[in-house]
This record gives sequence, structure tokens and C-alpha cells, in this order.
Amino acid sequence: MKQTGTELVKRGMAEMQKGGVIMDVINAEQAKIAEAAGAVAVMALERVPSDIRKAGGVARMADPRIVEEVMGAVSIPVMAKARIGHIVEARVLEAMGVDYIDESEVLTPADEEFHLLKSDYTVPFVCGCRDLGEAARRIGEGASMLRTKGEPGTGNIVEAVRHIRKVNAQVRKVVGMTEDELMTEAKLLGAPFELLREIKRLGRLPVVNFAAGGVATPADAALMMELGADGVFVGSGIFKSENPEKFARAIVEATTHYKDYKLIAEISKELGVPMKGIDIAQLSQNERMQERGW
Amino acid sequence: MKRIGVLALQGAVREHVQMLESLGCEAVLIKQSADLEKLDGLVLPGGESTTMRKLLNRYELLEPIRTLAKQGLPMFGTCAGLILLAKELVDYESHLAVMDVVVARNSYGRQVDSFEVKLDIPEIGEAIPAVFIRAPHIVSVGEGVEVLAAHDGKIVLAKDNHLLGCSFHPELTSDARILEYFVSSMV
Repeated sequence: MKQTGTELVKRGMAEMQKGGVIMDVINAEQAKIAEAAGAVAVMALERVPSDIRKAGGVARMADPRIVEEVMGAVSIPVMAKARIGHIVEARVLEAMGVDYIDESEVLTPADEEFHLLKSDYTVPFVCGCRDLGEAARRIGEGASMLRTKGEPGTGNIVEAVRHIRKVNAQVRKVVGMTEDELMTEAKLLGAPFELLREIKRLGRLPVVNFAAGGVATPADAALMMELGADGVFVGSGIFKSENPEKFARAIVEATTHYKDYKLIAEISKELGVPMKGIDIAQLSQNERMQERGW
Repeated sequence: MKRIGVLALQGAVREHVQMLESLGCEAVLIKQSADLEKLDGLVLPGGESTTMRKLLNRYELLEPIRTLAKQGLPMFGTCAGLILLAKELVDYESHLAVMDVVVARNSYGRQVDSFEVKLDIPEIGEAIPAVFIRAPHIVSVGEGVEVLAAHDGKIVLAKDNHLLGCSFHPELTSDARILEYFVSSMV
């Protein structure tokens, strides 16, 4: 019997993206640039995170026309963002046939208590995480892919580094624990017990974990791969740089060949000015998008 | 021990490596042309074919792999790997263009239409789990190409002498029979 929307089909889709770069785009033209540069998928948005920061107010799901335009422009998968807990935005994106939904803290949360029950949907979801507890809760709700939260729209890699190190250190700790220690660890992390058992058995997370939130240069992308990310999301970094085509290509190459430092030197030459970054300390608590989600 | 390369530019590389090792093969990651030496076979994994093509071009891997295919090196392409092998693609430019099949991309719709199913493949075995993710299919095959499996009237596994290609992802399951068929009867 043919079955759609199974865990294997949803997680498998993310497995196919491994080692690749997913780029934020706001129209068909940018989507084509991303595809030509070798992106494995694009995220269709109304505004990139740095512009969401500038604009302020409530950030919502993109205008469906933009998402449709991007879906019509490229043959690679198209993702789109829904607000945390916004069941209808997610169902609308699913009905439109987007390939992946990001239940994202970049948008203003619609629910300050509950995330979506993602296992209910045929479309797969990606969610942000800062530690293993958050990662495991999202997988428990049915997320088929994870990404670090980082601090979106800042062009500052420091938070993404913190989050990937934290998650991976906690995974290593769980893998090294004895079975009888796992329940207390589950309690401490706020993580489903069965998931910790699965992580221990596999020796890794059961879904792929990409880096996101602050990648601004090819070296940043390679750093995240070095730290164990399965791939990279680049939000504002590409189309806020001086030369998006060149920048996008360089980030793709640095992600594939992240240990080839001579190559990274070569492709990083004369790339032009990257996006202007923000020091995280300059952000007030309510400007920190990573605090959204529970 | 058989030395099987796995094209490691992007995609389901880890899964193929693990499956090859479980079958007693040595798996070699292929990122540049120098890695292609002394292989007994090559696996082209699932992933995004457009991305792999850009990277094949930039790292001058396309011609060396095409040459090896023409010299008779056994190759197995899954999903995007099948797209890379195909002589002809519907609506797109072909890539390695070595396997005598015509392939259409995204034949089953978008991700919400992706599915899993069990296939009976007379040559290989019964109830083999097959995961189709934004999968391509084989529209037609050239002379001498064996059709090994079809689903819903579409060809999904075929063999052109030393080249094997399928629409789906055997590497995502724990059933290694198709890869075993490749390494034991074709390599």
C-alpha cells in the first residue's frame, strides 16, 4: 500500500538536503539566483530576517502569492515559514503544496504556550532549537528536521555556534549514559524519555540538524559544518551582501568542502562587503528572536 | 574487499556508506577527481540533482566520472543519482548522460505527494521497501536495458549493462537487498 506523509518520507526529505545550503529568498528572481548557485532548497519569505527586525510590528506568514511565485520559478524544494502555533498558516502552506514548513521564531509567535502538533500534517516541518531539550520536544511534536536558532538577521554567528555546541555536547552525554540514567536526564532536559533512548541507540539525533541564525560568510558556513551541522540555512547573509550571486556560490562550495581551507581562502577573495552585522549584546531581551518558542 | 566510491558532494551519503560497510565493502568518499582512483564501483546517492551538477562542474568531476562509466565501471544511482546517469532528461539538460534511459524529474508531484511502498522485484526479492521523495521516474529505456521494477505503470528500477538506476531511496531503509544485488552481481 502506498503511504504518504510517513515519518520516513518526511525525515527522508531532510536527509536528501544534507551537506547543502538552504537560502532565504523574497521573489522569483532571487530564487533563480539561489538555484543557479547550487542551493538545495529555498525559503520563500516576504522579508528576510534583518528586514523583519527593521520593520518591527507583527511578522506573519508570507503573502501566498510570493510563495507561489517562488514555487513556479525553481525545480528545487520550496520551504515557507509559519508562526509558532499558527495551525491555519501551516495548513494554508500545506494546501499550497510547499515542500517543507519552518515553524519559525523569526515570525511573531501566534501561541505562547503550544507549538504545532506537526505529526498531524502530511508536509514535513523544520523547527529551531537551542539545546537538546528543545530539540527533543520539537521531534516529539513531529518535527522532521531541526536547525539551530542562532540569532536571525544579525549576521553574527556566535549564537548559532553556542546552540550547535550545546545540542551536540548534550547528545554525546546521553549517548554515554547508562540506560538507568536516562529518565532523570529526560526530566532535567524536559525531553521525551523514549527519544533519549532512541538517541542513545543511534548515537545521534534521529533527524538532521542544520545550522541557522547568523551565517554571513563562507567561513561561517564551513565553521558550522566543522561543528557538526548537517547543512546550513542562510537568511539575510546572501541577498544583503554586495554580490549575491558570487556570495551564494561561495557559501555552497564552502559547505561542501568545509575542510578544504585553501579552497575557502580562494572563494572568499574579493567577495565584496558581507551584510552588516549586529553585536548580540546590543539587542534587548525582546529583540532576541531565539527566546521565542517553548 | 570491494572498494566502492560514494559521490559525497551532498545528500544521502552517510546512509550509503553505512549500508556498503554493512555489506562488507570499503566505502570511499568522492569529493574530487583524485578520489576516483582504484574503485570497483561507484554509488551516486540521493540529494538535489541541480546542486550536485553545479558541484560536479566546479570540481571537474563530470568528465572523469563519465569516462569511468564508459570504460565499464559499475555505477548505481538512486533518485538524484539516476537523474545524473540518464542519457536524456525531460525538459532539462542531461548530466553524465551515460545510461540509456529517458528520465522525468519530480514525476509524482511535490513533497506532500512523496510516499513509501513495498515493491516485488523478481530479480531481487519480494516486498522491498521503497521510499519515493519528490521522485523522478524512467519514461523509456533504450535497447538492451532491463526493466527490473515498475510502480503504478512507471519504470522505477532499470539496468543498462553495468549501470543501475532507481527512482527511490533504498538507502533510507534498513533493507539492503538492492545495494547487495549491485555489489554482489554487478561489481
